[in-house]
Amino acid sequence: MVQMDTVLAERGGAAAMVAETAPPAPRVAADARAGGSAIELSGLTKRYGDETVVNDIAASIAPGEFFSLLGPSGSGKTTTLMMVAGFVRPDGGAIMVDGKDIAAVPPQKRGFGMVFQNYAIFPHLNVFENVAFPLRARHWPKGAVAERVTWALDLVRLSRFADRDSRQLSGGQQQRVALARAIVFHPHVVLMDEPLGALDKNLRFEMQVEIKEIQQRLGMTVLYVTHDQEEAMSMSDRIAIMNHGRIDQVGPPGEVYERPANSFVGRFLGEANLIDGTVLAEGGEIARLRLPSGQELRAPRDNSCATGAGSLFIRPERVEITPGTAVSGDPSANALAGTVRRCSFLGNILRYAVNIDGAASITVDLQNAAGVAPLPAGAPVVLRWPVADSLILPGEP
Amino acid sequence: MLLMLPAWAMLIVLFLVPLGLFFVRSFWEFDGTAAEFFDSAKDTLFSQPYLTALGTTNWISLIVTLTVLLIGYPIAYYLTTANGVGVRIVVLSIVLPYFTSIIVRTFSWMVLLGEHGLINDVLMASGLIHAPLSLMYNRLGVLIGMSYVLLPYMVLTLYAAMRAIDPSLLRASASLGASGFYTFWRVYFPLSLHGVLSGALIVYILSIGFFITPALMGGQHDIMIAMLIDRALEVAVDWPSAALMSLTLLVVTLVLYAIYYRVTDIRRLIGAR
Repeated sequence: MVQMDTVLAERGGAAAMVAETAPPAPRVAADARAGGSAIELSGLTKRYGDETVVNDIAASIAPGEFFSLLGPSGSGKTTTLMMVAGFVRPDGGAIMVDGKDIAAVPPQKRGFGMVFQNYAIFPHLNVFENVAFPLRARHWPKGAVAERVTWALDLVRLSRFADRDSRQLSGGQQQRVALARAIVFHPHVVLMDEPLGALDKNLRFEMQVEIKEIQQRLGMTVLYVTHDQEEAMSMSDRIAIMNHGRIDQVGPPGEVYERPANSFVGRFLGEANLIDGTVLAEGGEIARLRLPSGQELRAPRDNSCATGAGSLFIRPERVEITPGTAVSGDPSANALAGTVRRCSFLGNILRYAVNIDGAASITVDLQNAAGVAPLPAGAPVVLRWPVADSLILPGEP
Repeated sequence: MLLMLPAWAMLIVLFLVPLGLFFVRSFWEFDGTAAEFFDSAKDTLFSQPYLTALGTTNWISLIVTLTVLLIGYPIAYYLTTANGVGVRIVVLSIVLPYFTSIIVRTFSWMVLLGEHGLINDVLMASGLIHAPLSLMYNRLGVLIGMSYVLLPYMVLTLYAAMRAIDPSLLRASASLGASGFYTFWRVYFPLSLHGVLSGALIVYILSIGFFITPALMGGQHDIMIAMLIDRALEVAVDWPSAALMSLTLLVVTLVLYAIYYRVTDIRRLIGAR
């Protein structure tokens, strides 16, 4: 906790209130059912009228895991979370916790902690009473309540604000109260519904670090919903990318970013080049994609490579840009000649849009390092990127 | 401010000026010294009929307020949570009487509650009772009639307060392990409390000035202050006494209104999130 102070300290000199000795960290989740999964979703489905908002999804969340549901609005991620929380009744499928289906259990009996998008702080209770609420609802004795609330407020560094009127808190402080309230009773699983959506960018980053810190320290299982791919990648152990009510891909941040299952996932997780062409059927380790111009690009062959229409996926930061026209025949790299259409200055990076013969323009990100001068529009350039970083994705239906 | 001008003008010309004139002229009629005036005032305000009426008025107002609160709270809660045809029917049956003349409504109750009214007829015909119940021309009649007339004020006030309660707070409460009862008692009710106070004060303020319903539906022991004032003016033609009693009623109303104002101010504080 102490080394995080400079990062985490909220404006207004909050560092002073950090407890010198960290409170005893209870084992919240993990060891109770080592090996199994904390939550297992199978065939979970929700329909509103004719529209299927969550369509037969399955996921297994391990104890102590930070698992994110990531997707655009309308992808069904919040509905999924609300089904796990118990506020939306599934039309099909099961939510297994400790080997039991909890689909019919009312929310108050599920024992999950929950952080809402708008925090849902009780306006008529002060900070202490807000955090004490789950304990009082469970009829804990007074002394135990005071002890545990103090622990939780220490954890989110709000000890000084215990007597504060909850309506006088800033957005970040309300967020912390909501977090403390969700973990004060040591739930097995904490559900978070876009908890940082209402905060400004800098504060959001601070809170990401802080939530991740607390989650790791307590070994909490977290099911986290967000539409912000950076947030999901920076915090999660695994991410499930949702689209149109389905999970398109599940995996650790690095994997889903580097090896997306389809073009939607590739685009949603960040800037992506998807160069359309025809996948050629040939044996060997390397698959080839022919562009309409006749040029060929290569990528490692993977089981999912089917012949026919497809596209080659490459992240903009993996592409190297050099002035000139000479395309070398390096077998470990793809190379294309083109001309600079535009160079955008984005602060830490320079983003080039490069026109290629017979293909859509390719985006190239260059670190804004010392000595890098932007190339002018119209300059002839050669783009190169490793074959190993390329990926052939099936064409969009 | 300019937009308020017509309202102010109307209030001054039609309410404040006549009120002032009424008091001035009433007290002007009194001939005698100031000491005599205060003696007479003391006689009026500490007279047995006045004290009795004061007690009756407050007692009836209190019972009516509690009755209306107990009936109105579930109705308002139902209106905020349910939807569909049921809500429209309830809203209609709350709002329609609200726009109907108080005399019409009182007479309607008299048709229902009278010795040969609908209720007694039905009960007699079904053999449940053998002699008609006295539902009217007594305290019970006054309470029934006034509660009915004042119910919309309570329901509409509570409804406004309940609508302002963020439903995600109730979900949060459930997600934190609170039972339905605990959520109601520790979250919903406290957040609706300012509505309860506002509604109770409105109903109480309106109750203490009630005239028509107790006059028509009450018995000889159900004299409220407004009726006493009427008698002083119409029967005894004792303007100074009527003015004095009106003044006390006005002061009580203003004090309650001041409290009401503070309560609604608190509401803004709570709703300010």
